[in-house]
Amino acid sequence: MVSTMSVLGTWIGVFFTLSIFSFLFKDNPFYKFAEQVFIGLSAGYGLIYLIYNVLIPNLFHKLIFDFSHNVILLIPATLGLMMLLRLIPSLQWLSKYPLAVVIGTAVGISMLRYMQSDFLNQLTATMINPLAGATKVEIVGNFLLIIGTICGIYFFYFSRKKEGIYSVPSRIGIWFLMISFGASFGYTVMARVSLLIGRLDFLLKDWLHIIK
Amino acid sequence: MKRTIPLLITFIVGLIVISSEFIPHRPFSMINSTLENWYLSISGFAIVLGLLSLVQVNSSKVYHKAENWQYSLASLVSLVVIVIFGVLWGMEDQRGILGNGEAISAFIGKKPFDYLFDNGITPLSSTMFSLLAFFIASAAYRAFIIRSFESNLLMITAVIVILGRTSFGPMLTSWLPKSLSFLHLPNLTDFILTYPSSAAQRAILMSASLGIIGSSLRIIIGLERSYLGSDE
Repeated sequence: MVSTMSVLGTWIGVFFTLSIFSFLFKDNPFYKFAEQVFIGLSAGYGLIYLIYNVLIPNLFHKLIFDFSHNVILLIPATLGLMMLLRLIPSLQWLSKYPLAVVIGTAVGISMLRYMQSDFLNQLTATMINPLAGATKVEIVGNFLLIIGTICGIYFFYFSRKKEGIYSVPSRIGIWFLMISFGASFGYTVMARVSLLIGRLDFLLKDWLHIIK
Repeated sequence: MKRTIPLLITFIVGLIVISSEFIPHRPFSMINSTLENWYLSISGFAIVLGLLSLVQVNSSKVYHKAENWQYSLASLVSLVVIVIFGVLWGMEDQRGILGNGEAISAFIGKKPFDYLFDNGITPLSSTMFSLLAFFIASAAYRAFIIRSFESNLLMITAVIVILGRTSFGPMLTSWLPKSLSFLHLPNLTDFILTYPSSAAQRAILMSASLGIIGSSLRIIIGLERSYLGSDE
């Protein structure tokens, strides 16, 4: 029976794959159906994942099996339920309290985290001796790294109009940004093509058995 | 009152979290970890709220027989089915309320939830994203069309990276003498990614982090309050 279900699973996968690919011809009911099923399944998956990996271990399990030591968890449980009151128009304002706790914690955490990892660490990594490179290529690269970082940051400085000589670093910053966007674009293209190859492999190997 | 207290809560909570970084002693360290746990749980409910909203919107479309209501029904049914499977028999190594569903797992080869994930979500998501491979071609035409020096830079870098990361790239430049090995496509790709591209990424990260720090401060001191919505 397992092999029958496995074949059925392959056919379900094939149906969804072809339904999505049918969009290349034009928008059609098969694509719309597959799209909506994708939304439903993804939302359901997200909920179940959240229940088993976040809510049960952090809240429900502790409240049910060790209530006396976790009475304080009634506060997030209550705040969580208050969050759901957003769906009731007359009680919507109550959801602002849990939102305030979430936002307060999130901004506190993100402010420190970004300051440490994305600002100070990156700043430290840029403060290098460019001449310390082992080869000429490394030395040139180190200079490019320093100049690119400084000019890139200067480009994002919008508090003053950049004219004349002040626009030069900004322009150099744009060049570096374009190189970075080009590299990202190249990687995106490759990732998408790789996914396409995966789907074609599934159709030709798992379904049609044309290739081995 | 409906806005002042939440603003005060945000201020106090934000201040506690930030202070705990500089005062790593009790009670600050303890309060901080407690708040982080609360944050996880309450955010979980926020996701449940989003899901309920999705159900509400789709149910309303089905109930009122709005245009294309059949697709909303498909969305609702698939959501309900996967949630029921997950709740009853769990997912992966997690037990559901009916246990691990050994009998049904023996019948279909795996848990029903995982079966739906492997044969529904996986093909749907990978096909949906692979579809972009086709559309990215037209996007590439628009992006690569030579209008300025900057668009040239973008085009050249993208082509070098694509060629340098495939087997075709090394083949193209394998004839280059050792003295010009720097121009060998894989080496050139490595150079671009290690230096100029990293420099720009670093600039973006540092600038964005400064922006995030500024926005966070505005939220904590109550200058930015749009997250609370209107006064209703």
